[in-house]
Amino acid sequence: MSKASRDAILRKLRVGASREGDEAQARKAIEARLKGHPRGTVPARGKLDAKKLLDLFVAQAEAVDATVARVAAPGDVPAAVADYLRGENLPPALRMAPDPKLDACAWDTAPMLDISYGKARAEEQVSVTGAFAGIAETGTLMLASGPESPTTLNFLPDTHIVVLRADEMVGAYEDAWDRLRATGRMPRAVNFVSGPSRSGDIEQTLHLGAHGPRRLHVILVEGNG
Amino acid sequence: MSVHNPTSHRFPENARDALKNETLQRGLASAKVGFRVRRSEAAARLPEFETLRDESRDIKNHTLAHIDLYLEAFEKRVTERGGHVHWATDAAEARDAVLAICRAAGAKTVTKGKSMISEEMGLNAFLEENGIEPVETDLGEYIIQLRGETPSHIIAPAFHVLKEQVVETFRENHTQLDPNRVIDEARQLQDEARLVLRKRFLEADVGITGANFLIAETGSTVIVTNEGNGDLTQTLPRIHIVLASLEKVVPTLEDASTILRVLARSATGQEYSSYTTFSTGPRRGEDIDGPHEFHVVLLDNGRTDLIGTEMQEVLRCIRCGACMNHCPVYGVIGGHAYGWVYPGPIGAVLSPSLIGVEEAHHLPNASTFCGRCEAVCPMRIPLPKLMRNLREREFEKGLPPATQRWGLAIWAWLAKRPVPYRLATWLPMRLLALLAGRKGRYSWLPLAGGWTSQRDFPAPQGPSFQALWDRKRGRREASK
Ligand code: SF4
Repeated sequence: MSKASRDAILRKLRVGASREGDEAQARKAIEARLKGHPRGTVPARGKLDAKKLLDLFVAQAEAVDATVARVAAPGDVPAAVADYLRGENLPPALRMAPDPKLDACAWDTAPMLDISYGKARAEEQVSVTGAFAGIAETGTLMLASGPESPTTLNFLPDTHIVVLRADEMVGAYEDAWDRLRATGRMPRAVNFVSGPSRSGDIEQTLHLGAHGPRRLHVILVEGNG
Repeated sequence: MSVHNPTSHRFPENARDALKNETLQRGLASAKVGFRVRRSEAAARLPEFETLRDESRDIKNHTLAHIDLYLEAFEKRVTERGGHVHWATDAAEARDAVLAICRAAGAKTVTKGKSMISEEMGLNAFLEENGIEPVETDLGEYIIQLRGETPSHIIAPAFHVLKEQVVETFRENHTQLDPNRVIDEARQLQDEARLVLRKRFLEADVGITGANFLIAETGSTVIVTNEGNGDLTQTLPRIHIVLASLEKVVPTLEDASTILRVLARSATGQEYSSYTTFSTGPRRGEDIDGPHEFHVVLLDNGRTDLIGTEMQEVLRCIRCGACMNHCPVYGVIGGHAYGWVYPGPIGAVLSPSLIGVEEAHHLPNASTFCGRCEAVCPMRIPLPKLMRNLREREFEKGLPPATQRWGLAIWAWLAKRPVPYRLATWLPMRLLALLAGRKGRYSWLPLAGGWTSQRDFPAPQGPSFQALWDRKRGRREASK
């Protein structure tokens, strides 16, 4: 059974593993690494100043078929969402993450938007969520699960709209992990999302829109308004 | 049905059949170039790429030297988070663990993300035998599940299937849809799969995924996908089961991030895949979605035997597929000929190590030793060297046929004796060179039919290597 197999596997690994020093030293070494989590080489492109990181994020996200709208303040978000839905011919019904961060957006200024809150259900076409961070090096969004940001919103609807604040932008994955560690919790799910879903399984040619969203739209809020 | 009973011992016959299979040849010819171009462009766009390969190799070497301790740390974190770790020495034990979880939940349908470990376990056939329906959700896996086939490539499982064949398969299986619908384009086929599988995602009781990494620091499991199918699989059902082999563990989130920088670039030439997800335990008290149970099945299946041996390096593999995308042998025979879960150069090294040299001794011989696999492997696994090790083991076990062993013995005797060697080689080489005439190659040769039935034999040209060597040395001596 599992316990006997566990012990047998670990015993074999312990005997086989070729390492310096005795077990106490080895334990110390791994504890130090787990605590210190040293970084490897971070690509130079992830180490730009804040303004350039925003531009890099936009370029990289667009290169993987996300669309990006840059707005000046949170108050501009509802209009940007409405514009986007109109442009894509989508119904003005939104399933929104119950995220206090999104409340800053003054949704009552866009009464044509029909907004409900909660996790995603099969029938919803468009979701709106915040993000934990934007990662400029590959135009990637980092989304962290929690009661205010249910994971289903990131995958089930056809269209995913993400409101990202400029102060949430970092250069590299490692910067995003450090920010997450600073919150003191590891969420159940951390999703790194780069563009809409795609598949190359038929004749090795990538087509957008596999099982996840067909469209990923980022609204980048550059100021506090 | 996708059971993986190895047919690696039939490799020569499998390869011959593959060469004669025109559909397969058409698919292979069109598919392989794209992967190579995209990988080299992606590597060129990142100046740090080669450094990251070195660091990725070092991370895995460090991990493998401490793998017992990192796995214990991983297990501890998973358990603290309310998850369960099940250790399995072999495929049968892993299958039983999965079945027990499904039974306890009264599961009828199981959705699945792509997992090579599931293939190693022969999980689908086993679940079906036990009255549970497995539904593959990766588009490629779904196609081959409908066709009753096995994957022929580790990241593009339906690599061998042409678009027209997908159309046929969908028409046969999706009888609930309008028979007059138009599905000529890859796009339309993809939409149809999305539509059909959407329902399956929502009704599944259990979701099973693989894992690209296990993180010791946090007890997280990591999947990397483009389709989003893995995420729907692990988010919607009540129970999430992760299948992983032991060597998937890495120490920290930073270590995974470093290796992730070379993974997608080597695999598909993307900077990053569409979705990389770190899952840590079941849903928390206040969460409103996510699975209620989180299980990790840790499979050994022969890997502990490699730790501490010369073959250990193969355990650095991150299953990117670059070695097969660049392999001239894979490029003409495809994946099925290799006869077990892992094709191409990685299969040639991994299969004999996991299912035995007796079953898979042909595979390390299916190499031209061109070295391209090692040149592109993001984890710098010396695949050709490992194949040579396995060939030696094959020879020691007396597996090559007697004619080959005798031939080698005679050649070895001659090679140590320069005068008879020159005599024995000079005459046949002159003759071959003369008879080839201006064409410079043979499309048929007596006693070499095995070679010439699939390729030409080049005629010897100019003086022999030894003659050139002597001449060169003579010159060097003279110039002293
Ligand atoms: S051996 Fe290297 S190139 Fe081949 S799949 Fe593994 S990591 Fe990729």
